[in-house]
Amino acid sequence: MKALRNFIDKQKPHFEKGGKFQKFNSAFDSVETLFYVPDKVTKAGSHFRDAIDMKRTMIVVFIALIPALLFGMWNIGYQHFLSMGEAPDFWTMFFYGFWKVLPIIVVTYGVGLGLEIVFAQIRNHEVNEGFFVSGLLIPMIVPPETPLWQIAVAVAFAVIFGKEVFGGSGMNIVNPALTARAFLFFAYPSDMSGEKVWISEMADTYSGATPLGNALVGNFDNMPSQWEMFMGLLPGSIGETSTLMILIGALILLVTGIGNWRIMLSVFAGGYVMGLLFNLWGLNDYMNMDPLNHLLLGGFAFGAVFMATDPVTAAQTNKGMYIYGFLVGVIAILIRVFNPAYPEGVMLSILLMNVFAPLIDHYVIESNIKKRLKRLKIALKN
Amino acid sequence: MSAEVKEKEPLFSPKNLKLIKTPINLSNPITVQVLGICSALAVTAKLMPAIVLSISVVVVMAASNVVVSLLRNGIPPRIRIIVQLVVIASMVILVDQVLKAFVYDVSKQLSVFVGLIITNCIIMGRLEAFAMSNKPWPAFLDGIGNALGYGIILIIVAFFRELLGSGTLLDIQVIPDGFYEFGYKNNGLMILPPMALITVGVIIWVQRFYTRDLIEKN
Repeated sequence: MKALRNFIDKQKPHFEKGGKFQKFNSAFDSVETLFYVPDKVTKAGSHFRDAIDMKRTMIVVFIALIPALLFGMWNIGYQHFLSMGEAPDFWTMFFYGFWKVLPIIVVTYGVGLGLEIVFAQIRNHEVNEGFFVSGLLIPMIVPPETPLWQIAVAVAFAVIFGKEVFGGSGMNIVNPALTARAFLFFAYPSDMSGEKVWISEMADTYSGATPLGNALVGNFDNMPSQWEMFMGLLPGSIGETSTLMILIGALILLVTGIGNWRIMLSVFAGGYVMGLLFNLWGLNDYMNMDPLNHLLLGGFAFGAVFMATDPVTAAQTNKGMYIYGFLVGVIAILIRVFNPAYPEGVMLSILLMNVFAPLIDHYVIESNIKKRLKRLKIALKN
Repeated sequence: MSAEVKEKEPLFSPKNLKLIKTPINLSNPITVQVLGICSALAVTAKLMPAIVLSISVVVVMAASNVVVSLLRNGIPPRIRIIVQLVVIASMVILVDQVLKAFVYDVSKQLSVFVGLIITNCIIMGRLEAFAMSNKPWPAFLDGIGNALGYGIILIIVAFFRELLGSGTLLDIQVIPDGFYEFGYKNNGLMILPPMALITVGVIIWVQRFYTRDLIEKN
């Protein structure tokens, strides 16, 4: 570690003002603060001292994503060989998936960080940590065979129009990772939905439809057992299939206090309640599906744990978080069951509620002010 | 009297030319005043309808500006909006009939949007703000200028939307087949209306990058 510190200190003058690489100062700074707590000190005003800053927060989320990512890699291999009717050993499957996912991750980080550095330089900002997690989220919510150039275009779109036009990380209205996913979904629908995209290099005779895709067309014969849904042995986007791995990630987020339990809880509650309501209604087989299945299938758990809880785009007030989360869950299931074009509604429902989150916060605060004014009036009267 | 005025002010004096130039850039109806957005979203999926609509708007706007400017002293202020609407509506009907007669296919694609030129806020706005209080010649130039400012943005947006969304320009394939064989796909999002809004946003961004005066100070 000492050698690293020395190395960084030695390189520092080159990147500071007047040095030969001063154009890359923001890039250098981002690397330095990744390894060490920044040595910059605020000079005025009162402030808290806390060991955790944005970079540390992001690293925890990153770690929480790892179980689902590793499982996703293995699952790609598993699904591929299953469709071929083969059953090789664990490592063959894992590395098959690993080599599928790695290029996607590399492209995402390359394009995303490249753009971040360009914008940071133009604006004289530091490179923001914001993309650190988005760059891992994006590969986890796309089908395994997504062409790399599409990923690059989508990441560029998400970084520029999802984030930088609003002023960079922390100022964005919608979640950048979901912006990338939504871009892909609408721009290249043939690579993003249907039966062909979820299993890489699938055998031709095999049906690669996801359970949600089957359910939407009224085919309930191949519905997997709840155990399979929970474990995630299903075709799907790279990191979303295994509810178990996502719950491990959720546990990490909750124990460290980084993820918000109110939002997670209310998203699941919203989804479950909506599923129950559909059961009461019960017009067709899809409405009669066990509400628990809704929570286990597709990207619901992933969205609830990693996407809806994004602290920038979610509601900020405690009461607002419950409303926000609940509506995310409700709308996700609504879209799934009702909209014949979209088998999965979590992405759209989170994006929609991202837009509404400030409004929810506004009314929560207004109602609180009104309540307190009323209390004050009564107190003054007595 | 009129000869005197002409001596003082030639037809294309700098002041008159300014009437055409400023709406194209500095006070562009779409990117600066943000008017007429709805038709900009609706007809820009392909280049051809956008060009035809732009030309129609130029004609309607120039003609109705001149007519209203001629009538300006005879219009009672209380019913001026109705009079203006009647003038615009008759111009739009003329244009619509001409389109139906000569470019029927495009007119079918534009469908309701030719009729909706009537409600285009740019035209009403210019009639109210300029033609009602200026002579016919400046009013004519102002109409041309504003309609061109509108049309240019429409055509730029349509150019990018058709190129990226369908791989064609004026329905002629531009992106070579080799690209498609290599795995390139048309971007379906560009065909959808939201992308028109984002494209307009990008144009505003670029314009403000070059003309810094447009950036609001706050």
